[in-house]
Amino acid sequence: MNFSISLTVNGVRREVGLDDPRVTLLDLLRERLHLTGTKKGCDRGQCGACTVLVDGRRINACLALALSQDGAEVLTIEGVARGDQLHPVQAAFIAHDGFQCGFCTPGQIMSAIGLIGEGQAGGDPERVREGMSGNLCRCGAYAGITEAVIEAQEKLAAPARRRSA
Amino acid sequence: MNLFDYVRPASVAEAIAAASEPGAAYLAAGTNLLDLMKGGMSRPMRLVDLSRLPGLDRIDHLPDGSVRIGALVRNADLAHDAAFARSYPAIAEALLSGASPQLRNAATVGGNLLQRTRCAYFYDVASACNKRQPGAGCDARGGENRLHAVLGWSEACIATHPSDFCVPLVALDAVVEIEGSSGRREMALEALHRLPGDTPHRESALAPGDLIVALRLPSEARAFAPHARYLKLRERTSYAFALVSAAAAFHIEDGAIGAARLALGGVAAKPWRARAAEAVLAGARPGDEVFRRAAEAALADARPSGDNAFKIELARRVVRRALALAAAGTPARVPALPASPFSSAPGAIHGV
Repeated sequence: MNFSISLTVNGVRREVGLDDPRVTLLDLLRERLHLTGTKKGCDRGQCGACTVLVDGRRINACLALALSQDGAEVLTIEGVARGDQLHPVQAAFIAHDGFQCGFCTPGQIMSAIGLIGEGQAGGDPERVREGMSGNLCRCGAYAGITEAVIEAQEKLAAPARRRSA
Repeated sequence: MNLFDYVRPASVAEAIAAASEPGAAYLAAGTNLLDLMKGGMSRPMRLVDLSRLPGLDRIDHLPDGSVRIGALVRNADLAHDAAFARSYPAIAEALLSGASPQLRNAATVGGNLLQRTRCAYFYDVASACNKRQPGAGCDARGGENRLHAVLGWSEACIATHPSDFCVPLVALDAVVEIEGSSGRREMALEALHRLPGDTPHRESALAPGDLIVALRLPSEARAFAPHARYLKLRERTSYAFALVSAAAAFHIEDGAIGAARLALGGVAAKPWRARAAEAVLAGARPGDEVFRRAAEAALADARPSGDNAFKIELARRVVRRALALAAAGTPARVPALPASPFSSAPGAIHGV
């Protein structure tokens, strides 16, 4: 059976034909659209390496059937920088050593962008750690990750405060 | 993962018709089902994708004070609905103690109710499991079973129900609305999940094609909001299933407990309402002595199903602590570590 779905990925509308209904959003991104920034760690929803934003919400792409995402807007790590200008979360991960090997980093960054957008954690380190608990880092860069998320959250909140002042 | 036929119905009636065929399964977010299919534990012939069904993603606060939650409402959206969290704080806390933020953003209310056990032998297709394959036997008996059931288990199955959400729901008399080929009906959530007996593969009271369309909480449940908590013991602080959990709620009138609600998670194949303990608490002045007696009553029928006798004493202590927390009053905001014993000890700082 052949299927066709329409997705907006990193701002670009894509029509994707699928010859198999079993394809996950993760496999569609990596193997059909060749966006390999999104990583396949456990492929079972346990590690968070595949985190992307779908319609603005962070989810595990490995546990999302591609066919179910028909019509969705997807944001991956490839879509967060503006040209050479890093997203504030990317810059903060570099500034705070929020990684070593880097395999979990795209998922960490997408999760952090989602967390900041959710607006529940603020600058409370305990809430940030809990809010990032769906992303495992085998290098153990958690301290740097927490600092990076808090700093990026402050930077992203600052323009909003100025506008509201 | 086995190959399957994919159907995306446009209405509830179409969905029920498509799912009434043998081998069909409903797909909502898929956070549990796709995992089970990847491991070969579930092998549906047809997936009926519910994600586009209209009208099932609403939270309606009804004029009579009850709330009706559509089956496709996401776990995170329910937990962060301000009016819902104010009225049912223990449910919000339970939701936020479960899974990870990514999973809560996707997972639905209906899917949470129907998630499968995380028994390692159910998950390992090389092991014997009566739930996966009726009559195959149970390798959890005599295996690694320190996490398994201490209440309501049978020789055929000692698995537990993994949901946090269901525990305060069953304490607060939640009702599920079901549509099926014979029309619409409703039942108490407490009656939805079955104990294993000789048929552990029959996990719920649903018939083939039955679709949970909504969950309702009665208006009376709101009266527990000032004294309602969920407490969850796990082997790590975040992103883990419960070893043992408890939802506790009171009305306190003139310093005495008017009505009490108590349910346990992680101890049985269903969320476990502890009515005998509620009876012990009703009319008493809150305090550790009566909490201790309530905990004894809640676990009176418990027995180990393997290397898990410790869970019985752990469950008593979790009940006592949950009751003490509920008596102390619902916090203004869900703690940074939802349902964690670390955040409930005054002044405790965890993870620093």
